Amino acid sequence: MSIAEILSYGFIQRALIAGTLIAVLCSVLGVFLVLRRLSLIGDGLAHVTFGSVAVSLIMGINPLYVTVAAIPLVMLSSLGILKLTDKARIYGDAAIGIVSSLGIACGILLASVAGGFNVDLFSYLFGNILAVGDTDMIIAALLFIVVMLAIVFFYRDLFAITFDEDLAKCSGIRTATINTVLVLMTALTVVLAMKVVGIMLISALLILPAVTALQVARSFKTTIIASCCFATVSVTIGIFGSFVLNLPTGGFIVIVNFIFFILAFTWKYARKAKG
Amino acid sequence: MAVELLKIEGLWVRYNAAEVLRQISFRVAAGDYVGIVGPNGSGKSTLIKAALGLVGGERGDIALFGTPLASFTEWRRIGYLPQRLRFFNPNFPATVEEIVGLGLLAGKQLPRKLTREDRQAVEKTLEFMGITDLRKRIIGELSGGQQQRVLLARSVVGGPELLILDEPTTALDPETRDRFYTLLRDLNRDQGTTVILITHDTSSIGTYASRFIYVDKEIIFNGTFDDFCHSEEMTNLFGAYAQHLICHRH
Repeated sequence: MSIAEILSYGFIQRALIAGTLIAVLCSVLGVFLVLRRLSLIGDGLAHVTFGSVAVSLIMGINPLYVTVAAIPLVMLSSLGILKLTDKARIYGDAAIGIVSSLGIACGILLASVAGGFNVDLFSYLFGNILAVGDTDMIIAALLFIVVMLAIVFFYRDLFAITFDEDLAKCSGIRTATINTVLVLMTALTVVLAMKVVGIMLISALLILPAVTALQVARSFKTTIIASCCFATVSVTIGIFGSFVLNLPTGGFIVIVNFIFFILAFTWKYARKAKG
Repeated sequence: MAVELLKIEGLWVRYNAAEVLRQISFRVAAGDYVGIVGPNGSGKSTLIKAALGLVGGERGDIALFGTPLASFTEWRRIGYLPQRLRFFNPNFPATVEEIVGLGLLAGKQLPRKLTREDRQAVEKTLEFMGITDLRKRIIGELSGGQQQRVLLARSVVGGPELLILDEPTTALDPETRDRFYTLLRDLNRDQGTTVILITHDTSSIGTYASRFIYVDKEIIFNGTFDDFCHSEEMTNLFGAYAQHLICHRH
């Protein structure tokens, strides 16, 4: 089957558009999260998303709007992680662990109350980008615009707090506000990415392109650009490859991302060895 | 009367149950070059962090440029170089140029864009610090001394009126350290920058600082270098020989 033929399918076009939007968001946010050692926040919020989806399904919300319905709870949980870290003086990874396990526990309990794991909930766990509909695309596009505008607007503040929070404070940057913006944008992105790679693999989309870019980039700006490139190319190859080989798309995207990471890592060390 | 850039009155700082600072009061006027010295764990760094609002005081009043710390917003008037960056990641992918540019964000409105003048200021500061050739290098690839110079460049690029430096010479070799002290003296003398310098290097601070504060959880001495050299209390504290060494260089 030729590329033109594959591209003629509406579901492939939608998958490519939605996948690219989400890949860009995840890869940009991922750079800030990885450098701030908050990589696993994506995983934690994904587990909360699982709980939120269970709540939405048990409430009988139309599956088309489950993504939107999950947003408030996931955003609240992201703020909960911040508060636990800041006010309760619990380490970030422990705070993520608490919120994450609470999310998954609620999801399992609700699924059990609803009569066991039903197919809908299971599909959110592993995602299916090829099933992205027009409504999903519109939601993805709107959230993409919101998150990207926030990133552009707060770019220098995000850069400053990522480099050093104390120095950022002494530059008059409201670090608490910027941290809140960062986790809220992550929450939105995680909910959005759930359709692409599924709840189980979201953190891979946030972490892998960023750490791959860190192997090759020569400035902060180029790290972000390289991260976007690795993520979008991985998603594109993942969609085409999984379609041709009839394999799960989410898993395929993550494997392509991982191959890029290994290549970049090897390149970095080969370059170092050459001196 | 000289303008007070920093005023601390009755500051107490406690970490959990441990008392770190007690009853600290002092003032820094425009044009001062203040050296803060004291043994390890004496609370010198905590004192500066409290003055900048990075550490909360248990009680006491702090004012920067005449404004209470809680409502102070003119951060572009202050340059700060910490002893070490609490969040520093050695693999951080930013270039020297990008890091120095961060020193210009204070006082800018969101989205805090850097102008052409800002880029020129970065260029000029890199040149002034003798690190122009490092501008495209990633900060994590530099030696400790080079990183220190980059961070100092970041703290002076905005032309601050008050420069606060916490043990800035620990990673520097003797030659770079002397150059660094000369540079601080020039900033203080020629550009009128007020300097607060925390250091262990009492002999060098004697050469440059106009005032000397000895801290050991509380202020033990606060005065001019000449006062220090003639203080019997300091002779008892340091011993006559050590005092002589410090004052002799001065």
